[in-house]
Amino acid sequence: MKVGLFVPCYIDQFYPQVGIATLQLLEKLGVDVEYPLQQTCCGQPMANSGFSSMTGGCDANFVRNFTGYDYIVAPSGSCVLHIKDHLHDDKNPEAATHIRSHIYELCEFLTDVLEVKALDSKFPHKVGFHTSCHGQRGLHLSQMTELNAPDFSKPGYLLNMVKDLELIPLNRKDECCGFGGTFCVTEEAVSVKMGRDRVQDHLEHGAEFITGGDVSCLMHMEGILKRQKSPVKVLHIAEILNGQYE
Amino acid sequence: MSSSTYVAPTDHAKAADKFMEDEERVNWHDKALWFIRQKRDVASKQLPEWELLRETASQIKQNVLSNLDTYLEEFERHAKQNGITVHWAADAAEHNRIVLDIIKRHGIQKLVKSKSMLTEECHLNDFLGDNGIDVVDTDLGERVVQLAQEPPSHIVLPCIHKRKEEVGELFHQHLGTEKGASDPAYLTEAARQHLREKFLTSDLAITGVNFAIAETGGFVVCTNEGNADMGAHLAKVHIACMGIEKIIPKAENLGVFLRLLARSATGQPITTYSSHFHRPRPDQEMHIVLVDNGRSIQLGRKDFYNSLKCIRCGACINTCPVYRRSGGHSYHYAISGPIGAILAPNMDMKKNADLPFASTLCGSCSNVCPVKIDIHNQLYQWRQVLSDGGYVPKTKKIGMQAMATVLSNPTIYRVAGKSGRFMMNLMPGLANMKAVNPWAKQREMPEPPKESFRDWYLKNKKKS
Ligand code: SF4
Repeated sequence: MKVGLFVPCYIDQFYPQVGIATLQLLEKLGVDVEYPLQQTCCGQPMANSGFSSMTGGCDANFVRNFTGYDYIVAPSGSCVLHIKDHLHDDKNPEAATHIRSHIYELCEFLTDVLEVKALDSKFPHKVGFHTSCHGQRGLHLSQMTELNAPDFSKPGYLLNMVKDLELIPLNRKDECCGFGGTFCVTEEAVSVKMGRDRVQDHLEHGAEFITGGDVSCLMHMEGILKRQKSPVKVLHIAEILNGQYE
Repeated sequence: MSSSTYVAPTDHAKAADKFMEDEERVNWHDKALWFIRQKRDVASKQLPEWELLRETASQIKQNVLSNLDTYLEEFERHAKQNGITVHWAADAAEHNRIVLDIIKRHGIQKLVKSKSMLTEECHLNDFLGDNGIDVVDTDLGERVVQLAQEPPSHIVLPCIHKRKEEVGELFHQHLGTEKGASDPAYLTEAARQHLREKFLTSDLAITGVNFAIAETGGFVVCTNEGNADMGAHLAKVHIACMGIEKIIPKAENLGVFLRLLARSATGQPITTYSSHFHRPRPDQEMHIVLVDNGRSIQLGRKDFYNSLKCIRCGACINTCPVYRRSGGHSYHYAISGPIGAILAPNMDMKKNADLPFASTLCGSCSNVCPVKIDIHNQLYQWRQVLSDGGYVPKTKKIGMQAMATVLSNPTIYRVAGKSGRFMMNLMPGLANMKAVNPWAKQREMPEPPKESFRDWYLKNKKKS
C-alpha cells in the first residue's frame, strides 16, 4: 500500500510539527508514505470565498502530485472534504475521481483502512476534543448531535487508546469554533466571540490541552488562548496519537 | 463581470459588530436560543422515526414543488367550492393592493393580524399604515416589536433580542403598565387585556397560513397563543395570506408536518393551536391571497429551488452559531438566519450579497431542518453565483486572484513562503479594506516556525 501524504499549505507553513507527527505515526504503523514535493493547497480558500472558478490551477497541481497512490492521507478534515467534494480536472478525469474516492482524513484512515486496534502512546493529561464541522458533518468522523442516530466517534475511539489520557466532556459537543476560512477576518467579531465561547467550554471542564483534527480551528482557538495568556495548550490529534510530544 | 454591479450592502458584519457591543446581551441571546435547540433535540430523539419523518416531509415537498401548478389549481378549485374567494398576487405590491382593496370595500379602519412572515416579506404593515389603516399584530412577540417600531428578529420568536426590562418599558409607554415592572406574568396579562379590546373591536382579521391542502381547499394556521383563532372567529372578514409554496397535497400529509413543525420549532410535541379553516361562517367573508413574489424564479434555480420546502420552523436559526451571536436584525431581511441567507439573494442579489458569507458553513442548519434543505451547500453555491456575477467587492476578487496564483504554482508558493511565511501576510490581506489586521485584533498570530514541513522533509526524509 502506497500512501501519498498531503500536508495542507498552512500546516506546511505554520505547523510543520503536525505534518511530522502524521508522517511518523503512519510509518510506525507500517505504512509506506511518500510526500509529493510539488504540492501546495487544496483550493478551498478560494472556493469557500465564492471563487471556485479560480481553483483550476490548484486542482491540476493536486492531481499531478497525487496520481498513482493507493490512498492519500491528510491531517485535516476540512481540506480532505474539499477535495472529496470539489476536485476535478478535465484533462485527467479518471485520476481526479480516483483521488476523490481514496483521500482520507488521518483518523478515518487509521480506523477504517488500517483498522488500528492499539497505539503505543501515552498522554497523562486532561484533554478536550474539538470536533471540527467539516470533519464531523462533512466526513462523518463522528455522530452529529442534531441527528436521531447512534453515537460514535472515530477520533474518540483513537484517543481512548492513548494511555492515561482523560477526555473531558463538553457542554456543547459539536458547536462550531467560528474559524470558517475567510469568515475569521471578514466577520472578525462573530468569529472571535464563537471562538472564545468554544474555548471557555473546554476551560470550564478543566482541559489542560485542546486537540482536534483540523489545524485551522486549532490555530484560531490557540490565538484566542494565547491572547488570554492561558496556560492551556493546543495540539493536533496526530501529535498526541504519535506519542512524541514532550 | 461588470464593474458597476457591486454596491456595498447593508453589511451583516457591521450590524453584528453593533449587536455585539453588549456582550451580556449576546450571551443570553445565545443561551436562550441554544436552550430551544436542546429542547428540539430532546423532542426529536423521543421519536424513533424522526429521521424517516424528515425524509418523508422532504419528499412530499419535492412532489409539491415538481407539480406546483397542478396543486395550486386544485387548491383554488376546492377553496372556491367551499366559498372562499381566491386571489393571485405576482409580487408584494399586488398582494398589498389586494388586501387594501378588501379592507376599503368594507370601509374598515382597523384590523388585527396574527403572525405571517409573508406579510413581513411584503411590508404589509407599512403599506397599510401609509393608507391610514391601523394594524395591530396580535402575536405577543410581534406586538412587542411593533410597539418598538422594529421588524421581527426571528421568524418564530420575533422579540427574542429584547430583554424583559425593555419590554416592560415599552409596555409602560404604550399600555400604561407600571414604570419599572418587568415581571413576565404581569406584562403578559397587560398584553392580554390590551389585545382583547382589539380583538373585540376589529371587523377584519388577517392570518398567515402554515399549510394549504390541495385536496380539500382548506388551510391550517398554527399558533401557540390562539391569536389567529381569536381574530378570525370574531371578525366579519378573514384574509389569509400565503406564499404559493405552502401547498401540501392531502390532509393526511398534515400528520407528518405538524409532528415535525412544533418539535423543530420549540421542542413541543404539537403547537398549542392547529386551526383548520375550510369555509367562511354564514355571516363571514373569507379570502385567500396566493403570493408568488420571487418564488417562481427561485423554483427555476436548480441549486436553490428546494429552499421552497421551508416550513418556517426556525430550527436552522436557533442552531446557527453565527445567528445566536449576531442577532436577527444583522440579516437585514424579513427572514433572518441561514434560511433567510439563502432566500434573500433570490429577491435582490445586490442588497443581500453579504448574507451567504455570514456563515462558517458548519452545516448544523441542514441537520436540524425538518424538510432536509441542504442549507449550507446552498450558502456555498450562492457565494459562487454572487462572486461570478460581480456582487462582491473588487478588492476581494483581486486578493483571491493573487492567492490562486501563488497556490497553483509550487515554485512561487515556496518563494512566497520563504519570504516571511506568506500566509501571515495573506490572512489580513483577505480583508485589506480594514486598516488593522483583523486576525490579530483579538487573537495572536501563530509563531512562524524555523522551517516549513517540506524543508524538514527534504533534510530528514527524502530518500534519493
Ligand atoms: S429552512 Fe428548514 S430548519 Fe430552517 S426554518 Fe425552514 S424548515 Fe425550518
